Amino acid sequence: MSIVLKDLHKSFGPKSVLEGFSLEIREGETLCIIGQSGAGKSVVLKHVVRLLEPDRGEVWVDGENVGDLSRKQLFDLRRKVGYVFQFAALFDSMTVEENVGLGLRRLTGMTEAEIHDRVEECLGLVDLPGYGERFPAELSGGQKKRAGLARAIATRPKYLLYDEPTTGLDPLTKAVIDELIMRMAEELSVTGVVITHDIESAYKISDRIAMLHEGRVRREGSPEDFRTATDPVVKAFVEGRPELLEASS
Amino acid sequence: MRFSALAPVQAVGRVAISSVATVGRAGYGAAAAVRALRDGRTWAPHLIGQMAKIGVDSVPIGLFIALFTGVVLALQASYTFTGAIPLYFVGTLVAKTMVLELGPVLTGLSLSGRVGANIAAELGTMRVTEQVDALETLGYDPDAYLVVPRVLAGTLMFPIVVILADAMGILAGWATSLYLLKMSTPEFMKGARLFFQPWDVEFSIIKAASFGLTVTAVGCFFGFATRGGAEGVGRSTTRAVVVSSMIILVLDAFWAATLL
Repeated sequence: MSIVLKDLHKSFGPKSVLEGFSLEIREGETLCIIGQSGAGKSVVLKHVVRLLEPDRGEVWVDGENVGDLSRKQLFDLRRKVGYVFQFAALFDSMTVEENVGLGLRRLTGMTEAEIHDRVEECLGLVDLPGYGERFPAELSGGQKKRAGLARAIATRPKYLLYDEPTTGLDPLTKAVIDELIMRMAEELSVTGVVITHDIESAYKISDRIAMLHEGRVRREGSPEDFRTATDPVVKAFVEGRPELLEASS
Repeated sequence: MRFSALAPVQAVGRVAISSVATVGRAGYGAAAAVRALRDGRTWAPHLIGQMAKIGVDSVPIGLFIALFTGVVLALQASYTFTGAIPLYFVGTLVAKTMVLELGPVLTGLSLSGRVGANIAAELGTMRVTEQVDALETLGYDPDAYLVVPRVLAGTLMFPIVVILADAMGILAGWATSLYLLKMSTPEFMKGARLFFQPWDVEFSIIKAASFGLTVTAVGCFFGFATRGGAEGVGRSTTRAVVVSSMIILVLDAFWAATLL
C-alpha cells in the first residue's frame, strides 16, 4: 500500500501550479520533494489529505481514491496521516499538552489518563519532555516545530507529511529536526513525505528524492542520482547555480 | 482607445462576477454550518465559553451606549415637546424608541465592531497560519469547531445584551427626566406605560437575535475567506464590520416593514 498521485493539475485563478504531477510514495520510505520556492510543493502535500482538491487527476492512499471518499471516510483516512505544518500551526490559546492531545480526543476513545501518558510519550520522542504546560508563544521556532511533530505522531499515523520542517531554523536546530525525521522513520516505521528546498537535508534524510519543476516531476531517484545529475535544471538547483538554468534556456 | 471604452464595462463585470461568487460562497458556508450543527460533540463544549466572550463581555459596551442614548433621548424629547405636547410623553418616546429601535440597532452596530471584528481577525489569523487546516487534519470539522459555537452564542446572547441595554436606556431617560427636566417619577412612568405593548419587547428580541446571527456569521465568513497574511486579516476584519453593519440596517428596515 502507498500514496499515488496521478496526473494532478491545479490552478489558482490564472496561475497554474501543477500541470500533470505524478508520483508514487512507497510504503516505509522517506521521500523528499524538492523544488524552488513557489513551485507548488506544499500544494502537492495538501492534496494527499484533501485540504486541496485537484482540478484534474487523482490521489490514491492505500488503494482508496481520496477524491471519492465521504466525509467520514476522509476523517478515517486523516487518522492514518500525520501532518507537520511549515510554521507548526499550533493553536495559540492551548497549551502544548492540549495541542498534542487534540487529535487523540477526536480520533480515539482514550481516557484522559491515557491521553496524558501518550502526550508525554510523544513530547519525549521529540525531546520536549516537561513542556506540556507551556503555550506556543513561549516556545522557540525549533521547539514549535517539534511540538507540531509531536502532535502529528500522537495518533500513531502510518504516514507523516512534513511541510518544510527545517525552513527558517538555524543549522543546529535543522540537524536536530533532520535527526527526528529519521528517528520517526526508524522507531515508528512511518512512511514520510518531506517537502523541502534544503538539498543537504534531503540528501541526509531521504531514501528517494523527487524534484518538482514547472508543475511536474522533473526527476526522481536516490540522493546519489541527484548528486551526479547532469540535467541542468536539477544541477542548478542542487548546486545552487542559477547560471546553469540561464545557460540551458 | 478601444480598451479605455471597454474598461468601465469590464470593471462592472468583474464586480458583478465577484459579488455573485461571494454570495455563492456564503450560501455554501451557511449550508456547511447547518450540516455541522449535527456534530454536537465538537461544538457543544465551546458554546458556554463563546457565550461569555460574545455576550457577557459585551454587556459593558452595550450599557455604556444605552446610558447616553437614554439621556440624549430624554433631553431631545423635552426640547421638542416644550409648550406643545405634555412633558410625560418624554417617557413614551424614551421607552418606545429604546425598545423598538435604538436599543437593538445601536447595540448591534457597536457589537459588529467588537464581536464581528474580533471573530474575523481570530479566524482570519487561524486561516493564514494554517490552524484551520491543522484542525481538519486532526479530524475536526472547522465549521463545527469554530463557526457553530460562535454563531449560536451570538444569536442567543445578543438579545440578552439588548434587553439590558433597553433597560439601561429607559433608566437613564428616567433619571434625566427626574434630575434635569424636573419631571416626577409618576409622570415619566405614565408616559412610558401609555403606548407600551409586550410585543415591543418581543420585537426587540427578534431584531437582536437576527443581528447576533448576522454579526457572528459574517465575521466567520470573512475570517474563513482570509488570504494573504496580516494584510488579508486586516482586510477581512474591515469587510466583516462594514458588511454586517449594512446588513443590520437592511434587516432593521425589513423587520419594521414586516412585523410592525
